[in-house]
Amino acid sequence: MIELYGLHKAFGKQVVLDRVDFEVREGETVALLGPSGTGKSVLLKHIIGLIHPDRGTVIVDGKDVNTLKRKELSELRSQIGYVFQNGALFDSMNVFENVRLGITDESKFRDLEYSRQRIAECIRLVNLPPDTIEKYPAQLSGGMRKRVGIARAIAGKPKYLLYDEPTSGLDPVNADIIDGLVQRLDDELGVTSVMVTHDVRGAFRVADRLALLSEGSIVMQGTPQEFLDSKHPKVREFLERDFDNPSFAA
Amino acid sequence: MNLFARIGRWFLEGASHVGRLTYFVLEAIRGLGEVRIWWPRMMVEAWNIGAGSLFIVLLISAFAGAVTALQTGYQFTGSIPYYVVGTLVVSSIILELGPVLTALILAGRIGARYAAELGTMRVTEQIDALESLGRSPASHLVIPRVLAGLLMIPALTVLANLSGVLSGWISVKAVLPVTDADFIYGAQYYWRPWDAWYSVIKAFFFAGSITIISCYMGFNTQQGAEGVGRSTTTAVVTSSVLILVLDTVLTRLLLNQ
Repeated sequence: MIELYGLHKAFGKQVVLDRVDFEVREGETVALLGPSGTGKSVLLKHIIGLIHPDRGTVIVDGKDVNTLKRKELSELRSQIGYVFQNGALFDSMNVFENVRLGITDESKFRDLEYSRQRIAECIRLVNLPPDTIEKYPAQLSGGMRKRVGIARAIAGKPKYLLYDEPTSGLDPVNADIIDGLVQRLDDELGVTSVMVTHDVRGAFRVADRLALLSEGSIVMQGTPQEFLDSKHPKVREFLERDFDNPSFAA
Repeated sequence: MNLFARIGRWFLEGASHVGRLTYFVLEAIRGLGEVRIWWPRMMVEAWNIGAGSLFIVLLISAFAGAVTALQTGYQFTGSIPYYVVGTLVVSSIILELGPVLTALILAGRIGARYAAELGTMRVTEQIDALESLGRSPASHLVIPRVLAGLLMIPALTVLANLSGVLSGWISVKAVLPVTDADFIYGAQYYWRPWDAWYSVIKAFFFAGSITIISCYMGFNTQQGAEGVGRSTTTAVVTSSVLILVLDTVLTRLLLNQ
């Protein structure tokens, strides 16, 4: 379970998160919605301890992330797969080496035969051709890089998956492929997921529950149906674009 | 903004950098235990520094040696014994020109590369990705680069010294009636083995300043491509200035007799 209580974060004078309370239950997929620049990615980075809050508590699996010692934090991170917005693949490594770094258990990481099998399995799970493992990130399309990023995130068999804008910058076809992939991975792997996105359509398709972040605060959390029924002006404003979109209505 | 406020801000920014740099170095020291991670990467970096910089280092030190010899020839009027030219060339190259010129070249070549590489990794979230995988950026990225520099920059300095002295020796014979025996006699007359150590010790400190400053600047890059450019420039300028400051301090400390 992921729990955030009273989270406050400011960069200089700019308050990005202001007393945010947010929970994700075991096995749940929650989409964190909001316009660009509202602190969604910052919130996600708090969960894995890449950013520390000015105030508030972040608890993952019953552990307070900000009080963990180096080794404990490293162990916790090995249970969390993080999919970065642009893949964040290591340029100097090919896909095989990139995905292998995701195998966080050191003994398994050193076992080359296990690594080969696991990497092939992850590449298959994200619907990439087997020969992709020999390619370098510069040789891949945006959609492929995102899928390799997902393969790396799942390589260590994590309990939690955090997706930072997995469909941003992709054309609708590739965005649909990624959404489908996220949904399938959540079903097949049974992980607890948080997906940060401003793509309402994808969020409705994938998530069990949604949360809308606006101006540093969560203005609403609920099921997709509760969002559709909501009269909250910020929820309406955010959803309206897509209500008018025939593909969303379909 | 008034002058006092500006000075206050500079002071605070400077103090903040010192604090973060100290933390950065401590993090790197903590990562030294992960030999299995940094050793293979260090070997790659060492090869890159050595093989990639050898030609330019030898070329520039050869020219420095030649110019030193030619200027010495220009200033000689015959009232000083010719063997002194050997002393001048060898001392100038080994005590000063070899280590300082090599360091300044490598501050541009290696320092800029490290700052740009790590800066790009920072802005494209590759460093965050390493951390998110529970892996230490210090042992994967910083230690291999710093240790490779500490290993290779003094080695390149020794080769630069040899190249400078050889080139000076050949050049001085073109402008003065100096025999090989004169040159060798002069070179040995004032020679102390400590001078060679002094040259290598200086190179070691310069290597530390180039690699640590450039890695630190790269790690603290902000705001996209513009930030990478700024970090790279700052890394080269800061490490070049630090080389000159260290040169003065080390000369005072190590040659103070």
